[in-house]
Amino acid sequence: MKVELRHIHKHFGNVHANDDVSLTIEAGTIHGLLGENGAGKSTLVKILSGFITRDSGEIALDGRPAHIQSPADALRYGIGMLHQDPLDFPPLTAIENFMAGSLATPALLNARAAERGFRALCSQFNFDLDPHARVSDLTVGERQQLEIVRLLANGAGTLILDEPTTGISASQKTLLFDALRRLAREGKSIIFVSHKLEDVEELCDCVTVMRRGRVVGELDLRPYRSNGHAGHWPADKRFEVTTRIVEMMFGKELAMPTKPATHQDEVILSLDGFVLRSDRLEMRIEHLAVQRGEVIGIAGLEGSGQQLFLMTCAGLEHPAAGSIHVGGRDLTHKPYNDFLRAGVCYLPADRLRDGLISGLTIQEHVALRMSGKGIFIDRAAAAQEAERAIATFNIRGRPDTAVERLSGGNQQRTQLALMPAPLNVLLMEHPTRGLDIESTLWVWQQLIARCNQGTAILFASSDLDEIVQYSDRVIVFSGGRISPPIAATELTADSLGQMIGGRF
Amino acid sequence: MDSTAAPQTMTAPARIAGLPPAFYRVGAFVISLILVALIILISGASPVTVIGSMVSGAFGNADQIGRVIATLSPLLLCAAGLVYTFNAGLYNLGVEGQITFGAIAATWVLRLLYPEGATASLLPPPLAIALAVVVGGVGGVLWGLLAGALHVYGRISEIFAGLGLNFAATGIAIYLIFGPWKRPGVASLSGTQPFDESLWLGTFGKTEATPVALALGLIALIVTIVVMRNTYFGLRLRAVGRNLRAAYVLGVPARRQLLSAFFICGLFAGIAGALQVVGVFHRLIPNISSNLGFLGLLVVMLVNFDPLWILPVAFFFSALNVGSLQLPLSLGLESSLSGVIQGLLVLFALLGRGLAQKYGRKPEG
Repeated sequence: MKVELRHIHKHFGNVHANDDVSLTIEAGTIHGLLGENGAGKSTLVKILSGFITRDSGEIALDGRPAHIQSPADALRYGIGMLHQDPLDFPPLTAIENFMAGSLATPALLNARAAERGFRALCSQFNFDLDPHARVSDLTVGERQQLEIVRLLANGAGTLILDEPTTGISASQKTLLFDALRRLAREGKSIIFVSHKLEDVEELCDCVTVMRRGRVVGELDLRPYRSNGHAGHWPADKRFEVTTRIVEMMFGKELAMPTKPATHQDEVILSLDGFVLRSDRLEMRIEHLAVQRGEVIGIAGLEGSGQQLFLMTCAGLEHPAAGSIHVGGRDLTHKPYNDFLRAGVCYLPADRLRDGLISGLTIQEHVALRMSGKGIFIDRAAAAQEAERAIATFNIRGRPDTAVERLSGGNQQRTQLALMPAPLNVLLMEHPTRGLDIESTLWVWQQLIARCNQGTAILFASSDLDEIVQYSDRVIVFSGGRISPPIAATELTADSLGQMIGGRF
Repeated sequence: MDSTAAPQTMTAPARIAGLPPAFYRVGAFVISLILVALIILISGASPVTVIGSMVSGAFGNADQIGRVIATLSPLLLCAAGLVYTFNAGLYNLGVEGQITFGAIAATWVLRLLYPEGATASLLPPPLAIALAVVVGGVGGVLWGLLAGALHVYGRISEIFAGLGLNFAATGIAIYLIFGPWKRPGVASLSGTQPFDESLWLGTFGKTEATPVALALGLIALIVTIVVMRNTYFGLRLRAVGRNLRAAYVLGVPARRQLLSAFFICGLFAGIAGALQVVGVFHRLIPNISSNLGFLGLLVVMLVNFDPLWILPVAFFFSALNVGSLQLPLSLGLESSLSGVIQGLLVLFALLGRGLAQKYGRKPEG
């Protein structure tokens, strides 16, 4: 089924999540949709699958306008979506899920017929699914297979897959890709949403890159491949494709490094034989020594383990192996409180979820930081400190303003204002995400002032300009590997793009 | 205006959106009153006479006023305790079991000091009563910490942990009443053998109200107000309740905070249970909590977890409970009407709050 999206707009409050997005997916193709978190790709596919209603714009299927207002509408038009976290019924069995999601609703269930259909579809795609297994006992990959089979049984002509390769095994991935190629050959259209470059390159016929709510580029991959659909690439072609896609994602030119030298000789943070492990990643850093006053930028596609790394350095997670020293003290496997006492501070990206407490005011946050000095809150001191923070950090709010009423930029300023005063290691995710240029400059002024006082900063960002401008050294996370640190002055857009694509 | 409005919220129907939040609250209150009046009309009485009968039933004579105060005292203790758990984000439905176990513990101590028939002991009666209240508090703490440990370490919802422990506590009480602590001769639902009158808590005149219980209830409430408004402990509790993860990242010891909330609530509830034994029933009965824990939950939900308003609301609820006892006698109505009124008030207060949050005009940020 040919899918056309024309001039789609969607606002969430002040955020223009989809800004005049147009996209055409030909029948019989696999179309990759690439972009960082917040680029608007999820919003776009949720509009197509009816989970979100668009503000304006048109959807046409096989050339005819489609009126999609709900997921049920989308299913009737033959659009099926596989969500990143499967939307199924874990307490039911596979076959019960298969029947529960069926569009045909006879008065009585015909379990035997359903099972026949189920087995036939599974064998078509070499899915080895036990119809009577409980879904809660299946792996993510198997639940995905179940969803695909269910959507196909409902006559889906278009499949949308949101980050389908997250959390599935290599063999399941091969099976999935084979199934998708086969479906494309049958004339179905596939939309493959991902931020994993290598998957998109392996599978897709076309790629559309989104950034900040807009389509910033499209690339037809077929001419680069030696033969049509097969996943085999001539090495130089693949290199060229990676470069072009990274260029589209991050822009061609990099800003110039502007950071003054602030590092001192003393090593403040050192990691040795450091192994990070999550359910889908394992990464290793042989040795990393960060000096006082130094800024380390962490680049890489989102979800490559940057957050796990920062949280492990902050003591919120424990490394699977290896040691971490702060200021010469061994903090390996020590409780989070010891990290706080050693002058380690972590500023999360999702401020209202992980960093600030909705419902409490700025002054109450300040008081919370003073907590531990006596029993009774020193209101006068807290008020004075809050006023001082608001003045120095230029926060647009009053001491009694609840933090959720502040704008994103002012929330970030509040987070910065709450940082404890002598600080050895500061770990940050997206320190300036959602901030305007002026605020960004200002935030970095404050951070560099901290560096001058001897704080080492490690920050992850998807803004490569920010990384090059403000880092002394850069490390890159890609596909479960971590690059050795490289001086920011030695980086070019090209070399950094290659590293993000996995070449180092 | 507010730029952080949650993107998920559906667009409100334009007609009722953007009114001041107070409109929804007052509106919900008015609707609940109308519904109460309707229910009274349906049951064949006039709302005015019912109100009159309830007022005279609660405040008609000294006995009745005494009964209102006797209900109010443990209710204040429970409500004050629940302020801690609610502010820590916990629905401590286990408060009933904490009352019951406190009562069991208090009964146990008194039976130990004054075995049946004995009128003299090592400990003179006033000290024995004081000890019983303390041990009752310890019993409540144990039961509260048990729910807390199940929640914090066992990752069981505190609602289920609490409800399960409620059944366990009632079961233990019934077992004791019919088993080891049964009355000489015949075991009965009416409870254990009443204690000697020397072990009864002193009362105001001949009423049921005891000054000690009232004083403890008021002290618990005042302490709670001070703790929640003026201490770092209260602030940390609110931080944990509103965003456990962010509070932890900011350095608040979250587990300790949660367990402290269970500890304090258990303590207050256990003391309330002990007071039910030494002040009201003078023995252990199966329903020793008299559902005061659940009533306390309603009170605290109605005041939106803010302890300042607990006293008037708890007083009102106590008066409703006592006043409604008059209804079967004077008007031939069910006394459970008070429960209907309390439930409706709370439900509609919560509804009004929800609507105000969803549709109400946001103040300029």
